Amino acid sequence: MMADKPSDGKRIDDPTGTELVGHEWDGIEELNTPLPRWWLWTFYLTIIWSAVYVVLYPAWPLIEKGTEGVLGWSSRGDLIDEMGAADAARQTFREQLAAIDVDKLRDNPDLLQQALAGGQAAFKVNCTQCHGSGAAGNQKLGYPNLNDDDWIWGGDLDAIHYTIAHGIRQDEDNGLRQGVMPAFDGAFDAAQLDAVTDHVLSLSKKAQSNAIGAQLYADNCVACHGASGEGDRAQGAPRLDDAIWLRGGSRAEIKAQILNPKMGAMPGWEERLDPATVKMLTAYVHSLGGGEQTVANTADDPVTEPEVDGDEQP
Amino acid sequence: MNSPKPVDGGDELNLYESRKTVHNQRIDGPFRRFKWFVMLVTLGIYYVTPWLRWDRGPYAPDQAVLIDLANRRFYMFGIEIWPHEFYFVAGLLIMAGIGLFLVTSAVGRAWCGYACPQTVWTDLFQHVDRFVDGDRNARIRLDKAPWGPAKVARRGFKWSIYLVISLITGGAWILYFADAPTLFRDFFTLQADPVAYATVGILTATTFVFGGFMREQVCVYMCPWPRIQTAMLDEKSLIVTYKDWRGEKRGSVKKAAKNPDEFGDCIDCNQCVAVCPTGIDIREGQQIGCITCALCIDACDRVMKEVGRPRGLIDYATLEACDAEAEGAPPQPAWKALLRPRTIAYTLIWASIGGAMLFALGVRSHTDLSVSPDRNPPFMLLSDGSVRNAYTLKLRNMESRPRDMEIALSGLPGAMMWTDTIGPDNAARTQIVAVPADATKTVRAYVKASSGTAAQDFSFILTSQDEQRESDEAPTRFTAGEEGQ
Repeated sequence: MMADKPSDGKRIDDPTGTELVGHEWDGIEELNTPLPRWWLWTFYLTIIWSAVYVVLYPAWPLIEKGTEGVLGWSSRGDLIDEMGAADAARQTFREQLAAIDVDKLRDNPDLLQQALAGGQAAFKVNCTQCHGSGAAGNQKLGYPNLNDDDWIWGGDLDAIHYTIAHGIRQDEDNGLRQGVMPAFDGAFDAAQLDAVTDHVLSLSKKAQSNAIGAQLYADNCVACHGASGEGDRAQGAPRLDDAIWLRGGSRAEIKAQILNPKMGAMPGWEERLDPATVKMLTAYVHSLGGGEQTVANTADDPVTEPEVDGDEQP
Repeated sequence: MNSPKPVDGGDELNLYESRKTVHNQRIDGPFRRFKWFVMLVTLGIYYVTPWLRWDRGPYAPDQAVLIDLANRRFYMFGIEIWPHEFYFVAGLLIMAGIGLFLVTSAVGRAWCGYACPQTVWTDLFQHVDRFVDGDRNARIRLDKAPWGPAKVARRGFKWSIYLVISLITGGAWILYFADAPTLFRDFFTLQADPVAYATVGILTATTFVFGGFMREQVCVYMCPWPRIQTAMLDEKSLIVTYKDWRGEKRGSVKKAAKNPDEFGDCIDCNQCVAVCPTGIDIREGQQIGCITCALCIDACDRVMKEVGRPRGLIDYATLEACDAEAEGAPPQPAWKALLRPRTIAYTLIWASIGGAMLFALGVRSHTDLSVSPDRNPPFMLLSDGSVRNAYTLKLRNMESRPRDMEIALSGLPGAMMWTDTIGPDNAARTQIVAVPADATKTVRAYVKASSGTAAQDFSFILTSQDEQRESDEAPTRFTAGEEGQ
């Protein structure tokens, strides 16, 4: 490329009139089109900034761990702070919840909403192992479904709260949830067993009743399960006149349950969880779709107790 | 600084240059007046819009244009956009993009020259320069003058005007995001959100620096648009061109009078350079610094008139027309450049997107229902043998008044429905739920069908209980299990 050499040493590219920087590759020379000075200063500032940053913040990865920076900042520290702040923010809510009666929760929608969210989380941690993540229970293993309208020990807020707090059949807990069904293995012969099974099935209109079965039922079962199989929540005796069977409603399953009843146990959560969490769990379980009105509330509430006697058919 | 010396020794090369201040001269003419007009309109729209009121009743804000981030609503006069309707905003952005293509292919960088915020505010600040320091020559003198009390006072005065303009600029921005009068009062009584102060601070700083000091350097070094525009311009686009075949060789009026054959029309008065806001010489051809504001046309036309030569030595023209003119063709009227397949295609695309959006706005419903069935558990056997499914319904009332909505079952014979609040005792085929103004209400609905009902598809139908009776249907499925559980 042509370039003249004026006396001041600057070499100018003829076609463009631009100064040359003196770099040449294969006959092509670089023109000098200067950048603005502020651009240069901005570049220097970024270098200074990066140096300051390296000193202040974690930056260089070393063999064991990285440099920590003189500010002592870390993203983990941020997380811990935020978790602490979230805990602190929840503290008021927990105190409010601890102070309130569980059946008064419904009068406080904000608190109820938080309790439901907290209850759902606590349920996922503590309850899904047996009752399933959707609270549908497990019929094979005898874990009750918590969504339906059948409650062995009662389905209003107070009853659910007591059940969660004290558990079911906990020997160390002198609570109320201690129902026991005796085993009739040896007490009935095969014909008697068939007869009483037929009578039990007839309570939910699935078989014809018979005199022997009715008599055996009256002698052995009425005390707990009631004359028409309506059950007794005080003793935890399940209803036999509905469509819901904790351990299956087939003839074989019912026979097995008469001969050698299996009775599930549930730990009491009072010892393991704080009172606020137990209340949140109560609210959540009650909200699953089968929760019953607390009796005390029904008087001034137009919506009556949803638990009715089996003929809700439309 | 890393400055390599030239090979033959000598002065250091200048690899970085301090900014050469552009002292552009005042000019008047049709394009300057158009620039005034555009500045007035754009600044007017920017500053006035947040203060416009629009009565939306008691349940919605009364600001005509409001971007309500907290409640995720966007209000624009009679139009209210919900987050799920964000495609309207996307459509507007696409229209803006295609509009830019259209304008660029038709009239080059007209956006840069007249409507770009950087141009508008730079222009404003240049008028401040002129107001405080005087016109071009006075400003050059003052720039060269040593710093003394008078210069300090003048500069301080000028920069404080810059700062006030910047503050008003940054301040106006936040008014789009909250109720303007309330925020305005809160801002000055120090009760506004820290975000508001931070935003105003940042925008004030950027306006002050970009508009007051960086000016054309933003266009040349920072803005990506001049680099993209070459893809959109062609030889049929209207751009500001110097007709060198007519102007060259440059010479004064006297020289040209002596030797008319040798000299062209350009008298080398440098007026086109003096008035240029980015300080370029258009006679050197197309360049990145040219924002096609056409002030050089105003300047040149005035000079040509004074020396008695035809106007249009520098003019809006297409490169094609320029070449044709050089060959001796008559000048082409500018409007012809606007009508060509490319601009018409852009216009059609632009208009069809606009039309589609208007249509969508016109037919959109203010009532919306979405349903998600519970999957865990999928169904529930009740003690009377019937089967219950649970659904989460989202009832959307996009009107700024509360409305009652009817939820009805369509299909699923014999089924009944209730919600958490209505209760199973009031189970029915239809239920009325009140939905607050401008809100989505989540309702958990239970649907119960008698024992033996087979799994099947059905729908929820939502109907607003007002004169409009808007409705929306949401198909879903009823799940049932085996018998005898």
